[in-house]
Amino acid sequence: MKGAVIKYERDNIDTDVILPGPYLKIHDYNELAKHAMEGIDKDFHKKVKPGDFIVAGRNFGCGSSREHAPIALSYSGIKAVLAISFARIFYRNAVDGAFLLPIEIEEDTYKDISEGDQLELETSKNEIRNLTKNKTYKMKPFPELIGKIVAAGGLFNYKQ
Amino acid sequence: MNITEKILARASGRNNVSPDDVVFANVDKVMVHDVSGPGVLAVFEKLKKSGMKIEKLWNPDKVWVAEDHFVPAADKISAQNVVLLTQFTKDFGIRKHFKYGMGQYGICHTLSHEEAMVLPGEVYVGGDSHTNTTGALGAFAAGLGHTDVAYVLLNGKIWFKVPETLYFKLNGKLPDYVMAKDFILKIIGDIGTDGAAYKTMQFGGTGISEMSVEERLTLTNMTTEAGAKSGIIEPDQKIRDYLAQRGAVNYNEVHGDPDAQYAKLYEYEASELEPTVAKPFSPENVIVARELSSTPLDKAYIGSCTGAKLDDLRAAAKILKGRTVKIRTEVLPAAISIFRKAMDEGLVKIFLDAGVMVGPPTCGACCGAHMGVLAKDEVCISTTNRNFPGRMGHVESKTYLASPLVAAASAVTGKITDPRDLK
Repeated sequence: MKGAVIKYERDNIDTDVILPGPYLKIHDYNELAKHAMEGIDKDFHKKVKPGDFIVAGRNFGCGSSREHAPIALSYSGIKAVLAISFARIFYRNAVDGAFLLPIEIEEDTYKDISEGDQLELETSKNEIRNLTKNKTYKMKPFPELIGKIVAAGGLFNYKQ
Repeated sequence: MNITEKILARASGRNNVSPDDVVFANVDKVMVHDVSGPGVLAVFEKLKKSGMKIEKLWNPDKVWVAEDHFVPAADKISAQNVVLLTQFTKDFGIRKHFKYGMGQYGICHTLSHEEAMVLPGEVYVGGDSHTNTTGALGAFAAGLGHTDVAYVLLNGKIWFKVPETLYFKLNGKLPDYVMAKDFILKIIGDIGTDGAAYKTMQFGGTGISEMSVEERLTLTNMTTEAGAKSGIIEPDQKIRDYLAQRGAVNYNEVHGDPDAQYAKLYEYEASELEPTVAKPFSPENVIVARELSSTPLDKAYIGSCTGAKLDDLRAAAKILKGRTVKIRTEVLPAAISIFRKAMDEGLVKIFLDAGVMVGPPTCGACCGAHMGVLAKDEVCISTTNRNFPGRMGHVESKTYLASPLVAAASAVTGKITDPRDLK
């Protein structure tokens, strides 16, 4: 998995900014994508490219249970969000719905990655390679069940 | 084991569970509303396209449906979602669907207790983050997204990591003019919006025993704003009486063992708590109301599952009686049954006499949906639960979170006001 970084240097990026409340009534995934990150980044929809990564600080996706949030990011082309920590419902929505990978990273890694860096993510090795800076970081391994659900391609494909 | 561990152990058929164990828990009740319902249907459509047959739900009698976010239908899309929801309950034989304009309806979390939809000891999940609210009845209650709710609707179970429990002990009765809202805002200010991430927040102590059931629900409601998986309070006689008044008497209460473990104990003295406000743009941005007393406001909003229960309306009416509001003020009772009680007690008249607009139950402007959303630069004091950028409308509007007493006192003066300072 390879792509460029869109970085938000802030904590607590909540679902109200990832996909604002007025769009909750919409359930067309491609339409939702047009409004992704609208609460803090009006240009997100124009600049995001398929395969890009979002990098952010602590407690990414806090707030509401709206699955619209990972859906909007996923249908914008985001394949993974790399953050120091995630809010629980965003995390399970991302994994169980197989919309994107929530990757937990160390604070040093978060600080080291810059906007526009090219990253390569290899979850089987728990590795993130920064091709721009020629560095390798560790991602926090998925807990056992999460790893299995990710490998299966979502909760509905996972056999208990 | 503590109450949460015991409920999850029972629901997953185990003798014992410990924090960090991953279990598939059998679900007792599940709720969807006019946002998560259509969201679940979109998941069903996706599954059908991949070849899955979806003909019936695991148990339609354990499913209930609310209409709250965009009702009364805010626009054409919202109206279509309500139609979709109605078709959904008809197709799958769900009998408990609270429809606006047909008797009792309201905000899902309010109906969960007003209608005793959830009982002590149960595992309850809902397609909404404030599902935590119902934990005040002594149930394990947690919010889920559309895929997870779809999974529950078809399989009757879902995975949970057994959470650690943070125990918040309140010593003594809350002073006059201090409400549960002030206490939970104080806690969120202390531990932060991720202070309870992935954990359960349990409340206890003499201050909780003294509290009304509705006030307790304010505490568990906003555990969500501390990132918690769930909030819970062990049931007592007040809960039994509350449920009995609503016709619910048969259930299996769960209580923690004497040697129950808690990850951390936080202790608060009720006498030290004061009217408290969370400033924009985070519920953790907490300060005592008096320190903001020069802050001018454009609007006061007394609504939502957090702040429009009957006790909340009584509190607001206590302040507004014989006074007039200086700024636009809305009161939106959280359910029709509460609207009716407010009318019977004369509260609606007090509001109207004060110049307040009284509207229908809805999530409304709390989530920026409709019914009084905020314009650019508008400043609102609100009894709701979140104040992230754009939460109640324009991304450059500002929301201060407060108790109904503080919101009502502020409505009277037009600036943030500690109700103790109201002349």
